[in-house]
Amino acid sequence: MNRTLATFFVAAALSSGSAMSQDAIKIGVTQPLTGAFAASGNYVTEGAKLAETAINASGGVLGRKIQLVIEDNKSNPTEAVATAEKLISKDKVPVMLGAWSSTLTLAVMPKLMEYGVPMLVETSSSGKITVSGNPWIFRISPTSEMEAKAFTGYVKTLGIKKADFLATNNDFGLGASKEFAEMLKANGVQVGVVETMDPKATDFAAQLAKIKASGGDTLFVTTAVEQATLILKQAKEQQLKARIITTGGSVSPDQLIQQAGPAADGSLHLVFFTPWFPEAVKNPDVAKRFVAAWNAKGLPAGGLTEGFRGWDGITTIVEGIKAAGKAEPKAIQQALWGVKVKGINGDIAFIKQGPAGQESAQNVPSVYLVRIDGGKVVKN
Amino acid sequence: MDQLLQHFLNALMLGGTYALLGIGLTLIFGIMRVVNFTHGELYAFGAYMMYALVMLSGANFFVALALAVVLGALLGAALEFVLLRRLRGADIDTTMLVMIGAWIALQNAEQLAWTGVAKSIDNPFPAAPLVIGAVSVGWNRLFVFAVALVLIGMTYLVIQKTKLGKAMRATFQDRDTAALMGIQIGHIHTVTFALGSALAAAAGALLGPVFVAYPSMGDLAAAKAFAIVILGGLGSIPGATIGGFILALAEELGAGYVSSGYRDAMGFLLIIAILVFKPTGLFAQKERIG
Repeated sequence: MNRTLATFFVAAALSSGSAMSQDAIKIGVTQPLTGAFAASGNYVTEGAKLAETAINASGGVLGRKIQLVIEDNKSNPTEAVATAEKLISKDKVPVMLGAWSSTLTLAVMPKLMEYGVPMLVETSSSGKITVSGNPWIFRISPTSEMEAKAFTGYVKTLGIKKADFLATNNDFGLGASKEFAEMLKANGVQVGVVETMDPKATDFAAQLAKIKASGGDTLFVTTAVEQATLILKQAKEQQLKARIITTGGSVSPDQLIQQAGPAADGSLHLVFFTPWFPEAVKNPDVAKRFVAAWNAKGLPAGGLTEGFRGWDGITTIVEGIKAAGKAEPKAIQQALWGVKVKGINGDIAFIKQGPAGQESAQNVPSVYLVRIDGGKVVKN
Repeated sequence: MDQLLQHFLNALMLGGTYALLGIGLTLIFGIMRVVNFTHGELYAFGAYMMYALVMLSGANFFVALALAVVLGALLGAALEFVLLRRLRGADIDTTMLVMIGAWIALQNAEQLAWTGVAKSIDNPFPAAPLVIGAVSVGWNRLFVFAVALVLIGMTYLVIQKTKLGKAMRATFQDRDTAALMGIQIGHIHTVTFALGSALAAAAGALLGPVFVAYPSMGDLAAAKAFAIVILGGLGSIPGATIGGFILALAEELGAGYVSSGYRDAMGFLLIIAILVFKPTGLFAQKERIG
């Protein structure tokens, strides 16, 4: 046993050389494992690791195992660039998964162009990512525009007359409030104030006082789950009457129920995976397999709506490698255009976005609206 | 008008906690000349202690609050004893690097211990806010405000009225002379760091239940604390108190009437404006230069 362990460590130490890389196909993962988005980034990474285990258990791809090389981008754009540089030039990964937030993904994108390595974008929703003419981008998460479009049907049923916005002051928040405001205006809804907040801020009293004075019937909130929790609690303190709807799919309703308690009641959330109603998803067998693996590892249920992105991301990448027939960046990039994957979110396939000849790849995912009612998640 | 009143009320509540954060840092900064990068981590430590005591051990909220403050003081004393004591007389760059290292180590230890998922802490106050006319404020915030004022007052009295406080002030004015007069500088430093840390932990323990506890929660808190200390003048408790309220008011009104995107910039713009006219801050104390 000791000898086996020792051999393993020696092999691991030499892995940047030859032995291991011959065996396993490396996939780079850059996620925020520490810093402001640590909670979500860790869940996505867990989902990715479950996919790695499942794929290797069923024989890997091209007769080889896959191996995730995971780097922490520390929720910081500068660090995100450094992780991409390291994964591509030192670990020689032929394909990557990342980088959670739009700002982090946008920071990494020039590196993909520089080295010619494809990256599968699993969470970011800023429209900029797929229209900037970067042909190495393959996004499975919806753009804010797609989310806004998917929401159109609810404008009437919810009876929205005037909407206000509270968004985190970055590519994600500003992009989403712009797209939703345009969609609402086109549907005859009056748009009140558009307030922003620092991604690290914890006190939103000033913004909420202004929103209350604006007097809309609905408040659209775009941020990560931590800030959304605080906004729900503080809105209650300030007696904000407006109905709160979160966008972006990163606000885990289970986590809100746990953290914000009764303050979360009545709030609505756009999500891209509904583990509460497995029958509502497009590929229930895939979803059930994922949830079972998640639970078997003892991971919290609140992380499912984030973790599925890692699973879908890695599964899609591996389909790309399989179709390419070799683990080379250019071949994977071309092969990814043709993949059809049965994902947890739905069927994954790519359409072209952005300037002709330089198109990025964009998936058209499913979007669901759920409501929190009496401490439970219900279909809206 | 209702909105303006609500902004003033919000600023008052926020200012109390800013002041509490500021006075802890100004003591350490002023007396020890240590740029204390761990201040925000002590703040997070206070919040996590509340989580551990209230949510995991089921302790009484108020007992937990007192315990969190004591534990903060102990952690502060330990940091001083292990790290800073050896660095007395070292140049400011060395000390700063050590404190930056301690900051990173503490923050990562917090994530290791509690994971990155935010933790919420129950409080015993009614969920329905106190409503006065058109404005409202949460009972938990009122409690935080009241305790913050008491702690600030107590700190002020300790510094001004006790023998220990006198020794601390003497050390601030002139370390060498104070040592010659028989003041144990080492003790003063440990006590000062423990006191400053206890105040940061108190702020975290008070605000943890209002917000949520998460590993990087100290970053923004520390940035504000530094701003308040510079605004109020090094080592001045009244300065840090008033600085805290000014910063809160600038942020509230700036966010309410100019642009919430520049909320954090408002406070710093104000600081630049004040420092142009009063480079040592609003209430800088006299000290020997050189």
